[in-house]
Amino acid sequence: MNLKATLSLTAAAMVLATTALAGGTHPVTGEALSDNQTFTYRLLDQFPTLDPQLNEETAGGHVIRDLFEGLMIQDADGNVIPGVAESYEASNGNMTYTFHLRDAKWSNGDPVTAQDFVYAWQRAANPETASPYAWYVELTSMVNAKEIVAGEMDPSELGVKAIDDKTLEVQLTQPLPYFPAMTTYATLNPVHQATVEEFGAKWTDPENMVSNGAYTLTAMVLNEYHTREKNPMYWNADSVIIEKTTGYVINDVNQALTRYKAGEIDHLEPLPPGQYPALKAEMPDEASSVPRLCSYYYAFNLRPDAKPEIQDPRVRRALTLAIDRDVIVNQILKGGQWPAYNFAHLKTAGFEMPEIDFAGMSQKDRDAEAKRLMEESGVTDLDIKLIYNTSESHKQIATIVSQMWKQKLGVATTLENMEWKTYLNVRRDGQFDLARSAWCADYNEASTFLDLLTTTHGSNDGKFSNAEYDSLMTASKTSDNPNEMYTKAEKIISDESAIAPIYHYANTFLLSEDIKGWPYNNAENNWYSKDFYRVAE
Amino acid sequence: MLSFILRRLAIAIPTLLILVVFSYVIMYAAPGGPFDMERTLPPEVMANLEAKYGLDKPLIVQMWNYVYNVVVHFDFGPSFMYKDQTVNDIVSQGFPVTLTYGFWSFVVATVVGMSLGIMAAVYHNSWLDYVAVGISIGAQVLPNFVMAPILVLIFTLWLGWLPGGGWQGGQWQYIVMPVIALSTSFMASIARLTRSSMLEVLNANYIRTARAKGLPMRRVIFRHALKPALLPVISYLGPAFVGMITGSVVIDMYFSTGGIGVFFVNSALNRDYSVIMGITILTGALTVLFNLVVDILYAWIDPKIRY
Repeated sequence: MNLKATLSLTAAAMVLATTALAGGTHPVTGEALSDNQTFTYRLLDQFPTLDPQLNEETAGGHVIRDLFEGLMIQDADGNVIPGVAESYEASNGNMTYTFHLRDAKWSNGDPVTAQDFVYAWQRAANPETASPYAWYVELTSMVNAKEIVAGEMDPSELGVKAIDDKTLEVQLTQPLPYFPAMTTYATLNPVHQATVEEFGAKWTDPENMVSNGAYTLTAMVLNEYHTREKNPMYWNADSVIIEKTTGYVINDVNQALTRYKAGEIDHLEPLPPGQYPALKAEMPDEASSVPRLCSYYYAFNLRPDAKPEIQDPRVRRALTLAIDRDVIVNQILKGGQWPAYNFAHLKTAGFEMPEIDFAGMSQKDRDAEAKRLMEESGVTDLDIKLIYNTSESHKQIATIVSQMWKQKLGVATTLENMEWKTYLNVRRDGQFDLARSAWCADYNEASTFLDLLTTTHGSNDGKFSNAEYDSLMTASKTSDNPNEMYTKAEKIISDESAIAPIYHYANTFLLSEDIKGWPYNNAENNWYSKDFYRVAE
Repeated sequence: MLSFILRRLAIAIPTLLILVVFSYVIMYAAPGGPFDMERTLPPEVMANLEAKYGLDKPLIVQMWNYVYNVVVHFDFGPSFMYKDQTVNDIVSQGFPVTLTYGFWSFVVATVVGMSLGIMAAVYHNSWLDYVAVGISIGAQVLPNFVMAPILVLIFTLWLGWLPGGGWQGGQWQYIVMPVIALSTSFMASIARLTRSSMLEVLNANYIRTARAKGLPMRRVIFRHALKPALLPVISYLGPAFVGMITGSVVIDMYFSTGGIGVFFVNSALNRDYSVIMGITILTGALTVLFNLVVDILYAWIDPKIRY
């Protein structure tokens, strides 16, 4: 055996020895841990960016949550717990927040300072950054945020300053009791100023990126895969068990399912449409359905120049009542979704479900009431246009709903499907009678849904407008008990039939039996690889 | 010949310019823009995005800036969708992948297709002919989006021989299934083309003469029949080669290869203007180039053709 072979054998033996050490037992649960502490999962699409300030979607959010750590983070139940901030105080009636930072380090060994947060937050608002999520900074109500995004003020005027290296002070324009929770989101994560300035847009490349989360980015190939590996500089690295997380982009869901069954990935989400019951029967310990904070609804076009019949609340209510949601949920979707009679997702934190009268009725009674209302309105031979973006399940739902309307009310429906961007444009321009729509929570609080139907909201494409509703939503912002107002707001939506709610989403997924620590109770489905571990088989 | 090549290359420049203008206009005529999403962005946020990507300027100015940057700096601009990437990054990452599986698919399709075609023609109406025709029809009717899942089912799930997808820098295990899935239908077309054109040539008088002279069959086929029989095949191979090396969205989607095909389709859906343009120009340039190569091959094979 030559020297080279001997050396490589020794190296191999050493690698084996270290991986054996990675085994052992879980410090809390005492379960035997696998030697292989890796986690692999499927991504539907390539995420557009890993720059926390530019990110605007979920897939990138999952990665950024591992790579960067904000002031606060979430635990497995979705509770807000300290991240880089060890503690904070609210003062001035929830208009000033002071965060105290722990001794955390960047992956290159530099300390994480309050100045890093100031830099990142100013960067998010800076028009030159042109972040599509700049509105999130406005949403935090930080002093001058709106003016800075609009280019009317210098980013340095933002209401956040570093008192010293470890103390960050934030000034808000209105009292926001949930401000600390908002710091868990990517937009408000810190970034390493020197790295961003040195590499520009390329700072997120694996060879350049400096991050402060539990993991660092070690490989990234667009539309193929990326890997993130344990960051030894992370302040809580001792408690991190998973050594390496890999995300594979697999566009086709059936292909992804085959690869899951072949053991190539540990996690697959979402499952192929309609297949949840079969997969649950086949793999009961691996298939799950959990709430997902999104609501599916049909928006009525309430513009003054829109179809006059739709302006009649009785007609809208008849159309809403005639939809048999149980059929949609149990026969088409079959993934644990909930029939919806209100707007905000029923699992939204702190949200008290309002009493919606027709929720408790039988479908037969609803149909009778729908017929009665239709007759009362005097509308006959109604022909409406329903638009939706091209997708098999939207098509199925639209088809079955149009049949229900035809049979029960004699209403003719013209279905029009269009490609996503076209559909967005048509919907925004109001060229529809009804539009398939969905809204997902930006944060786990009912206002994320209910704000949508305020008169000035940019995504209120049905143009519902109700003065009482608007004032309720404004008042809820500073109220100690906003849920009371949310319930009233929902009542208005129902009474006016502002929209036709259809169902509340669920997330269906498969997770390998070896992987433990999944946050099943985090309603936002936010997960951190650092909370997972792989048990020995 | 040289002046012919130079003339053709000179024509390529206005051709590509027309392509740029047409694509630009069509792209902008499509409803929606790169920053339209479920959430309507507040006007100030939208304005910042449009300013950053130059969309606030008139179309003609945008087009001029684009052409200027491409010609002078060879800079195809930043991707509107993948905010950390430029079009040059995306193409330089995706194109080698596509080129690799496209090239091997071309080799497999051509070698297997021609062999099947020649065999079928030479043993016309024998069982070998029927087998070859059977294979090519089978390959033709099995589209790659059906092939791909079946391959993964067999080789990944049941046999466990090959990884179900990915590229990993182009290791052979990752190339096999994409190449099979991509090459089969091309292979079938090549086989049928070769067979019919070979049959025609084999019935020609000069072949009968060659055989009457007592030349061995192998010599008749390879020396006298093959070259003229290949002419129609070659006119097919040029565009087919471009088709294979400029990517297949099906292959990229089913095998997660990270090739250019999936970027192209996604860029159109996302209105990622710069990526649409970049890949259109790449495909256009390759098409022009390989049509030229086909013409040169023609002249080489058929002495009757003069330029």
